Amino acid sequence: MAIPAPLDAARIRSGTRTPAPPPWLVGAGVLVALLGLVPIAYLVILAASSEDAASLVLRDRTLGVLLRTLLLAGTVTTASVLIGVPVAWLTTRSDLPGRRWWTILTLLPLVIPSYVGGYAVVAALGPRGALQSLLEPFGVARLPELYGFPGAALALTLFSFPYVVLSVRGALLRLDPAFEEVSRSLGRGPWRTFLSATLPQLRPAITGGALLVALYSLSDFGAVSLLQFDSFTRAIYVQYRGSFDPTLAAVLALILVACTAGVLLAESRLRGRARYHRSGGGAARRPGVIRLGGWRWPALAFFAVVVGLAVVLPVGTILFWMARGIGLGEPLTQVWGATLNSMLASGLAAVLAVIASIPVAVLAVRHRGLIGSMVERASYAGFALPGIVIGLALVFVAARYLPGLYQTLPLLLVAYLVRFVPEAVGVTRASLLQVSPRIEEVARTLGRPPGGVLREVTLPIIRPGLVAAGALVFLTAMKELPTTILLAPTGFDTLAVRIWSATSEGFFARAAPPALLMVLVAAVSLWFVLRQERER
Amino acid sequence: MRLRHTATLITIAGLALAGCSTPAGSDEPTGGGTVTVYSGRSEELVGPLLDQFSDATGIEVEARYGDTAEMANLILTEGENSPADVFFAQDAGALGAVAERGLLATLPSELLGQVDERFRSPAGEWVGVSGRARVVVYNTDALTEDDLPDSIFGFTDPEWSGRIGWAPTNGSFQAFVTALRVIEGEDRAREWLEGIEANDPSVYEGNNPALDAVIAGEVDVAFINHYYLMQRLVEDPDATAANYFLTDGDPGALVNVAGAGVLSTAENDVTALELVEYLLSADAQEYFATETKEYPLIEGVEPDAELPPLEEIGTPEIDLSDLSDLEGTLELLQEVGIL
Repeated sequence: MAIPAPLDAARIRSGTRTPAPPPWLVGAGVLVALLGLVPIAYLVILAASSEDAASLVLRDRTLGVLLRTLLLAGTVTTASVLIGVPVAWLTTRSDLPGRRWWTILTLLPLVIPSYVGGYAVVAALGPRGALQSLLEPFGVARLPELYGFPGAALALTLFSFPYVVLSVRGALLRLDPAFEEVSRSLGRGPWRTFLSATLPQLRPAITGGALLVALYSLSDFGAVSLLQFDSFTRAIYVQYRGSFDPTLAAVLALILVACTAGVLLAESRLRGRARYHRSGGGAARRPGVIRLGGWRWPALAFFAVVVGLAVVLPVGTILFWMARGIGLGEPLTQVWGATLNSMLASGLAAVLAVIASIPVAVLAVRHRGLIGSMVERASYAGFALPGIVIGLALVFVAARYLPGLYQTLPLLLVAYLVRFVPEAVGVTRASLLQVSPRIEEVARTLGRPPGGVLREVTLPIIRPGLVAAGALVFLTAMKELPTTILLAPTGFDTLAVRIWSATSEGFFARAAPPALLMVLVAAVSLWFVLRQERER
Repeated sequence: MRLRHTATLITIAGLALAGCSTPAGSDEPTGGGTVTVYSGRSEELVGPLLDQFSDATGIEVEARYGDTAEMANLILTEGENSPADVFFAQDAGALGAVAERGLLATLPSELLGQVDERFRSPAGEWVGVSGRARVVVYNTDALTEDDLPDSIFGFTDPEWSGRIGWAPTNGSFQAFVTALRVIEGEDRAREWLEGIEANDPSVYEGNNPALDAVIAGEVDVAFINHYYLMQRLVEDPDATAANYFLTDGDPGALVNVAGAGVLSTAENDVTALELVEYLLSADAQEYFATETKEYPLIEGVEPDAELPPLEEIGTPEIDLSDLSDLEGTLELLQEVGIL
């Protein structure tokens, strides 16, 4: 057994000797960062032209809404970590029966559009929902209030906790078991080992996933509005929809950008600057499987509840719509074209986002300087912004300055990149942290140029992380609505557009086939990703 | 067996490719030319109608579908560079906002003349093509029509406390509030909003969620547009809800329109005009009456038999273009603390 240096020693700052990054790497990173800054530049230009900005911002109500939204984001993030970390641990490290299926099922909520999920939550748990009518014979006249904060927090948690799962399971799979083995050999039990040896190593993965959950909760519109929670993003939509005056919306959106900056700062504090790779010699083995014994039953019950609420509930709602439609003789809509379009656009977005995330992550992890952290933070800029803001920003730029590119697939992909690069950066970064720079240094001393080392050494090692990052982008891009509506080539239909178009008019039966197909495509692609992981 | 599978797969792939291989801006000779529509009405509602237009005229329609406010914001952001030829919107306010920025061309008077002047822009920049009435939808298990007040102001009575649903972020609702301000004055409008707010209404995201809540019995009444329920009854014939039309020029009986305008920057201005003309043709008006259950706006086409005729509703005397003061409405809603 290779004995690793004690973790506490490894956590001493090691950032004294960061080599200057090669210019091409800086160039690529800055390019990605600039992309993220386009919407913000647009917002600043708009907001500067607004006269009554101050009066709007200083209204008590605006501040109240902002505080409540931040509270919501904090609650959802905490709940997502509490659900996501056990889910990730149980599906990667334990002998839980049906692990691969549970993995797929706990990642699927990512693909469920929040307006479909929101509907399902209301239909099932609302004041007059299915659960209430089940409980009525037992004298339950009214369920605890769902609308408002509790419902919004529940719905957002159900549909965003997989961010944490995906991020943490990647880290667990690559985790060096030596730390745990040392802890066990020193007489610590499995719980204390988890808390003192495993959990600290998961810190960057947990904070990375939590960051995505927090920013996603700030940007969501569908679920919060269906659950009647007055969020900041809803206030932005009200400006767009009600007054057709984009300047006031821009002022509000900039406040959201400021919140993003705050969340990023908090994350980097929580994340710390520790090292998470082994510092001794030898290579990590795959960690062993931990037997659950009698704990398997509570574990299975936990999974049943989580999957029941986050997957069975929305999918059941979709099936109900479909059955009711078929019963009334509604023809099933043909959505093959939309399915292909969805797969094409999300697939390309996934590949591009992963590629774009690499320079950002390398700069942030290996060259911790001013440029590295600036590039990383700028790349997150767009993630908390509502889709309509990003969409209109790119419309503004492209319609004026890039008429040849406007309303083409490449521009749509650029929009997806602005929106989804942060997801890929989070996961790529967390996996890069677990690779010892010594391996790269060895390759350098053997005469490889930095680019060659990256391509031939680093990337193959973090491949599972890159695949996970790609899967994340693929799933979330597939449900992306506002930027698709605004920027897709005219007539380019995606599944998300079809679902929205049908539900917005109350044609629930017609929304069912595209919604089911979307879940199906997601499940099949996850299955392939996981199979590949196991064959590695 | 295997061969058949392969054949099926190829067919599916072929169909799928055919479905998605109409690249934007391809200028194949189609005889009638093309027209680009930004539609604030969903594909589910008007897609078949636009197909009918293509079949009838040979003009290829390139349609971009979205929410009406989003499409209006899109056109405003694109400005002079908009590739759109026609803006087909779900409410007059959005058309007004685009017209106000000088982005809509004046329509020919023969076209405008087909529609009652209440349902078109006085400057002739857009024309209504179908009518949508505000209604009070109520739960038929809880109430009968006799329980409902004659005026929208009746709902400010404390007896309605906790029983009302509304969707204050919705464009149609905001158009109604604007009408209320125009007809009854700023003070009465505020009074109504405060009165309803005092009754602790449930806030829904849009007309459909509000309708759901009425059907489920979460609330007894909701203020929405007339056709949502009619649409719902097709999918859910047992839904326990009915529409209640206010009368006698009550602001609660506002009839708004979905309408269309031609962009002043339209490249295909000829085909664009043809499309707007088609939307007012008997065929299209018939489509609105039977498929979307809206009110046809030209003479000679009757609305759905279940609907009271337009004249009977006695929609308040108001110019729909007066509804363009959306900012005033938004401000009022914010002052009262509703938004």
